[in-house]
Amino acid sequence: MTRKQRRGILIGAAVAVLTLAAILTLFALKDTIVFFHTPSDVAEKKIAAGQRFRLGGLVAEGSVKRGGGARVEFAVTDTLQKVSVSYEGVLPDLFREGQGVVAEGALDASGRFVADSVLAKHDENYMPPEVADALKAKGVKLGEGATHKQGTPQ
Amino acid sequence: MIIELGHFALVLALLVGLVQMVVPAVGARARDVRLMAVGEPAAMAQFALLALAFVALSYAYMTSDFSVENVARNSHSTKPAIYKLSGVWGNHEGSMLLWVLILAAFGAAVAVFGRNLPATLRANVLAVQASIAVAFALFILTTSNPFERLDPAPADGNGLNPILQDPALAFHPPFLYAGYVGFSMAFSFAVAALIEGRIDGAWARWVRPWTLAAWMFLTLGIAMGSWWAYYELGWGGWWFWDPVENASFMPWLAGTALLHSALVMEKREALKVWTILLAILTFSLSLMGTFLVRSGVLSSVHAFAVDPERGVFILAIMMLFIGGSLALFALRASGLRQGGLFAPLSREGSLVLNNILLTTACGTVLVGTLYPLALEAATGAKISVGAPYFNMTFGPLMVPLLLALPFGPYLAWKRGDVRGAAQRLLVAAILAAVASAVAFAMSGRGPHLAPFGIALGAFVMAGAVSELAYRVKLGSAPLAEVRRRLANLPRSNYGTSLAHFGVGMMVVGIVATTAYRSERILVMKPGETVAISGYDLAFRGVVPSRGPNYREQIGLFDVTRGGAPVTQLQPAKRLYDAPPQPTTEAGILNSWRGDLYVVLGDEQEGQGDGFAVRVYFNPLVRLIWIGALVMFIGGAFSLSDRRLRIGAPTRSLGRRGAVQPAE
Repeated sequence: MTRKQRRGILIGAAVAVLTLAAILTLFALKDTIVFFHTPSDVAEKKIAAGQRFRLGGLVAEGSVKRGGGARVEFAVTDTLQKVSVSYEGVLPDLFREGQGVVAEGALDASGRFVADSVLAKHDENYMPPEVADALKAKGVKLGEGATHKQGTPQ
Repeated sequence: MIIELGHFALVLALLVGLVQMVVPAVGARARDVRLMAVGEPAAMAQFALLALAFVALSYAYMTSDFSVENVARNSHSTKPAIYKLSGVWGNHEGSMLLWVLILAAFGAAVAVFGRNLPATLRANVLAVQASIAVAFALFILTTSNPFERLDPAPADGNGLNPILQDPALAFHPPFLYAGYVGFSMAFSFAVAALIEGRIDGAWARWVRPWTLAAWMFLTLGIAMGSWWAYYELGWGGWWFWDPVENASFMPWLAGTALLHSALVMEKREALKVWTILLAILTFSLSLMGTFLVRSGVLSSVHAFAVDPERGVFILAIMMLFIGGSLALFALRASGLRQGGLFAPLSREGSLVLNNILLTTACGTVLVGTLYPLALEAATGAKISVGAPYFNMTFGPLMVPLLLALPFGPYLAWKRGDVRGAAQRLLVAAILAAVASAVAFAMSGRGPHLAPFGIALGAFVMAGAVSELAYRVKLGSAPLAEVRRRLANLPRSNYGTSLAHFGVGMMVVGIVATTAYRSERILVMKPGETVAISGYDLAFRGVVPSRGPNYREQIGLFDVTRGGAPVTQLQPAKRLYDAPPQPTTEAGILNSWRGDLYVVLGDEQEGQGDGFAVRVYFNPLVRLIWIGALVMFIGGAFSLSDRRLRIGAPTRSLGRRGAVQPAE
């Protein structure tokens, strides 16, 4: 085998792997990415039932209801629109009314959002930036503690 | 006073760093021994000064000196002592200080252990290392100074985020930084080699131990973070493909590739240009990780408080070092070309395959991590890229890697015998098939690909053992001969086998727990029982309790197996005093089959005394972290090998007659 052939084999292997990876990546980006929407987006964009997305906003005051078993119903609002959400499971520690939340799932035929995950916040002061940005864009005033803020000593 | 001393030491460290950055480099250019000799004492002084600054900050934390703004923001007087200390690096400013301290420690290590290095190479390495330290010291002093005072001092501090008050997490950042920052050594050596325009096998012999040490720390650091997420966040998951996790995983992938390509360069003087590029890329990914975590473009528990000024500063540092080193690479790399010749089917060839697959996998992770940021910048659309993407891209690339892995150590340098290797791996392949059949029979459910995944992991494990057995002629030579061979086998051989065995363990753990996990979510009232994976859990009720800085409600679950009592699990919901934040403490029973994992959820109002309860059984999940630990131990074995020991290169250097210019 000549030097050229040997090099050719190595380059061929590299190109083959890279091509495979590029194809996989393109397909994966087409099929697996999940968009983020606010309740207003949901109202405006007519998202098809069964289409997965992330729903973000504030948990509407007075909306949290425990259903049968571990089922929880609540509404997510950006103060302009509301979407009711159904979730089965244990809610994150920092889930509470009036706080920011991101749920992932899809709308069912009746327009209710069936979530299979509700994202945990890690920190009392933390709000998912998508939610903060989206709310700001809708002109919603965020209360103390709702935006990223550095903890200022009292 | 001590705080001001620490602040002063940090400023001095910056100035010493400036000297170390300029003088030895000028000396190396002018071949002036006296100027080059400035490097070592400067590196030692820089390390001592940064250590002083770090001790001063730690002192403020330990004594709860709330007149220091950083302490007031991130600590609290009632915190246990260990978390007061870990609070030093539990925030942006303090962790940055730890970052440069570790950077300086690596620089000082070159000064101490690098006496056998060619003088100009050592001088240039120290200068490059100092330039990184200068950039980050400047960053700390101008945008993130931990020594700023607060007047008047508050009565007490804000406290540390309670989920960070955890033993595994206390040591997660130092290990992670030792890994991240450790790759700066490979970077400094690469840039120094480019400046000098020459490189050879001795260079790789120098770089490999540092890369190996950094890789070991990073492996353990990532594993600790994963373990912590598993038991602390209460989701029972161990990896989330969170962008910040990816930020640490990418340097790990590139560093693993570097470890293997440096081997080719050391033994065969081939892949020089590639190894240099990989060294630059690995540290560039570390820098990018630092940028992603600290600029606020990502959100997660790791993302520190957002301050655009900091983001821009780190972006500038990142551009400067990545752009500068790549430009230098473009200018000088052509002068380094000199590849040893080898057949595609050989040890070198297998290591090239390893590199192609690892770097491509790293590329898919990079795309998945940056694509949402790019798309949002370009179109404003907000998307998230999650596990499905990585399963579809990263997963398939790991399959050929794991299949080929056991072959590598069996192949000879220059020209390998693949058929012979396959014959020697027959036993391993049979064992893998058996493991896969057992998995299939025992579970009888789960994805069809799962038994194949188990087989892959078992193949890697069995292959690692069989390679070792082959080397000591187990079964084909008398026992005394085997014993003699076992004792004489270089430690790096043990290291390789152990590390590869660890990879196999991890694969088995990942596949088993992902494919065969059982989960029950339900509302339980005291006295009720739930059955899962052979266990019965009886809920006895909830008792309130009080910890050092939190109150908690503990759920009592009596676990029985076939009627025989096993243990009592006590998952809890805690509410910390400062900051007042609830956390979930999972109750976990560990057995050789897997983990029984119980989480106590909210009390269900209007349904009597019912509590939401989530119960998991995670088969073989511990193998993931034990595998990482075995990889770490394998690295340690390799590092302690005589041939790799720091200082050992003298002999071979003498034989080769110092560093030769590479044409």
